[in-house]
Amino acid sequence: MRVVWSFLLVVLLAAIAFFGAEAGGQALFGVVFPYVAMVVFLVGIAARVLSWARSTVPFRIPTTCGQQRSLPWIKPAPLDNPSTGRGAAARVLLEVLTFRSLFRNTRSELRPGGRFTFSPDKWLWAGALAFHYSFLVVFLRHYRFFAEPVPAVVGWIEGLDGFFQVGLPVVYLTDIVLVAALGFLLWRRLEDARLRYLSLHADYFPLALLLGIAVTGVLLRYFVRPDVVRVKELAIGLVGLHPAVPQGISPLVFAHIFLVTVLLAYFPFSKLVHMAGVFLSPTRNLANDNRMRRHVNPWNPAIVGHTYAEWEHEFHDKLKASGIPLDEE
Amino acid sequence: MPEKTRDELVQIDFKPPEREWMDPAIDFEARRGTWSYPGAAKNLRYLGFPNPREWSPTDEDWQLPENWQQIIHDGLAERLNKYRSLKLFLDVCVRCGACADKCHFYLGSGDPKNMPVLRAELLRSVYRNDFTAAGKILGRIGGARKLTPAVLKEWFYYFYQCTECRRCSVFCPYGIDTAEITMLARELLNLVGLNINWVIEPVANCDRTGNHLGIQPHTFKDNIEFLVDELEGATGVRVAPSINRKGAELLFVVPSADYFAEPGIYTFMGYLLLLHALGVDYTLSAYASEGGNFGLFTSHDTIKRLNYKIYHEAKRLGVKWILGGECGHMWRVIHQYMDTMNGPADFLEPPVSPITGTAFTNAAATKMVHICEFTADLIKHGKLRLDPSRNDHLRVTFHDSCNPARAMGILEEPRYILRSVARNFFEMPENTIREQTFCCGAGAGLGNDENMEMRLRGGLPRANAVRFVHEKHGVNRLACICAIDRATLTTLMEYWVPEVDVSGVHELVGNALVIDGEKPRDTDLRGRPLAGGKGDADA
Repeated sequence: MRVVWSFLLVVLLAAIAFFGAEAGGQALFGVVFPYVAMVVFLVGIAARVLSWARSTVPFRIPTTCGQQRSLPWIKPAPLDNPSTGRGAAARVLLEVLTFRSLFRNTRSELRPGGRFTFSPDKWLWAGALAFHYSFLVVFLRHYRFFAEPVPAVVGWIEGLDGFFQVGLPVVYLTDIVLVAALGFLLWRRLEDARLRYLSLHADYFPLALLLGIAVTGVLLRYFVRPDVVRVKELAIGLVGLHPAVPQGISPLVFAHIFLVTVLLAYFPFSKLVHMAGVFLSPTRNLANDNRMRRHVNPWNPAIVGHTYAEWEHEFHDKLKASGIPLDEE
Repeated sequence: MPEKTRDELVQIDFKPPEREWMDPAIDFEARRGTWSYPGAAKNLRYLGFPNPREWSPTDEDWQLPENWQQIIHDGLAERLNKYRSLKLFLDVCVRCGACADKCHFYLGSGDPKNMPVLRAELLRSVYRNDFTAAGKILGRIGGARKLTPAVLKEWFYYFYQCTECRRCSVFCPYGIDTAEITMLARELLNLVGLNINWVIEPVANCDRTGNHLGIQPHTFKDNIEFLVDELEGATGVRVAPSINRKGAELLFVVPSADYFAEPGIYTFMGYLLLLHALGVDYTLSAYASEGGNFGLFTSHDTIKRLNYKIYHEAKRLGVKWILGGECGHMWRVIHQYMDTMNGPADFLEPPVSPITGTAFTNAAATKMVHICEFTADLIKHGKLRLDPSRNDHLRVTFHDSCNPARAMGILEEPRYILRSVARNFFEMPENTIREQTFCCGAGAGLGNDENMEMRLRGGLPRANAVRFVHEKHGVNRLACICAIDRATLTTLMEYWVPEVDVSGVHELVGNALVIDGEKPRDTDLRGRPLAGGKGDADA
């Protein structure tokens, strides 16, 4: 079972950091690995984007999901079939912010007698959106550790996130949503036979890793309660490029940090690069103005087809006999 | 027709097999009816394509070039640099499964490798192995596979089991387009001589004679004259299309099936009647006698090679602009590739309707207009006298053809025309039309007889929707704007919904069009009696 291996690996990684830190490896897990991972992440993503950018876009191939702009009295679909660059940009932006294509998702079912039914299926869209946005909020909330004074906006986010004022410390909504959404995304991968069939280690591992990060984070905030001041000292030291490892930080903090470190280092070599790739997809980010404006292929090969002269030469007698006009007599 | 009955075909097992997808095993013998015969050596030789030979997929040895793995590796490396689409689509898929049940072949067969995500994984696994660090280090654990003969055979099977319809691309959060993957995978297969004859023969024919069907110029003229006679019989109007006439205002290019066989010929009659009624100054060409382009199912270079003729002929004849007939993949090429590949068409003028004066600004660069755009504009300006009651014997639905819908977006024009020329128009369910339309199951060169079982399976979701409106509204006519559809949906309907006939949109225009000098019409263009006898219309 691929999923089991992925979870075992994540548990192992967390354990290595936990006991490693306890055995005195705080500097390794708190400073060295994070720095290395950050460099790998930044260089890796940049290299990946550059490698995409180096590949040419010879043809303008948007997938059109609505009416084209043609006759003035026919209403075009400016977002689903944009005819301008601005429209295409809006299409990509909505794709990124609202997962619009996923929103279209349907579920097909084969009924008795060979009849298919197609019904809207928003679960994947909702689960994906819930995961990405709660992860974003959790990510932003962590600025509390990296900045002094804490930016006001972080406070506002925390206020909203803890709106219901439940528990002490106040329970953040996004903590619950993040774990629930990841759980759902994992569950559907396992529950649906065809998804299980096509899923790779590379699909389970990121989910396991993110769950590991989320669960260690939840443990830290609500149960272990490490000395936040010292953790912040570590974090500020890291971003200020004069790292120091304060004593007395719970080893669970290092487990949490190490899983994030692994995520960063893994990111550029995995499917997670969709974060950058979504902006570059030629079926989404190009305007459907092919017949209006010429699109140039930088390597357009010089190919000449069977010319008229060759064709007329071959069929000369037949053309003449049937009275079709000729260029040469 | 296959041996299987309708009841047998709909027993579809969606349970994935025990065997992991990474372990390929295609038994071509057991899967007869679901693959196409390979390209004949004579056609490859004519075209100058690699590795011409006689072979069969059921052979153990496919007689590949000795260094075939290197050829494909190098070919893939080249295309990763040339096509950002390919590189990106191979990198960013998260296997979310949104595309899984969007493919008509998956729905009709239950074969998990027809899920678009796994179809792409067939190539992606080899890409990982050859081109990514993770794949090189982790191997199979990293989802990487070596390109073995068995993997290559699987490529042949599944990349010639995709109709490049782009339905999956509509639902993909990253717009991953399996058509693009399939097109480039087929290019790689072609490098080692793996192609199918139903694609390669039309390509060879088209290159030589000007059209896929291999119709030579004298036969082209005979066919047109025959249709002119038939049209006169049905309407009393004698039209006089010209061929290869210099100085005409428009060059009119149609898919060759429209002047070759039923039911396309009735669509062709509709075109001729329309252009005659308006007195449009146009010419047909026996040289550029094909709008379709099976190069799209072969390689980008072949698209360009075949499509070369249209601009070349337009320039030679000195026309102002080009009008194009109803054809699906033709319009993908015209709309998304023609200007880039064969342009700029600076010897033509921006298209303007000679009848209404409407400038087709959406075609200002390519200078080629879809006949549905042309006709919709005519109807809107009241330039056509139409008697829609002449289509009262028909209860019509409209099948959006894949390419015009998802690679162009011509959705409203044909509907506007249909509503103007027929009074009984019904839409199929919304998840089966417009950008979500289901393929006929036989595009991209798969519309041959030996592949019949897979065609009928792939066409099942479309047929299902037609059956729905047939039972609910009594629909008996499936209109479409694609020549492949007209041929293959006819077969599909005969099998799944025999009460429904297939036609082009302009056949119905031809039925409804009132022309000076016509005889009282008591039949449609097919010679079938009109509803309630002539003159019974209550329009």
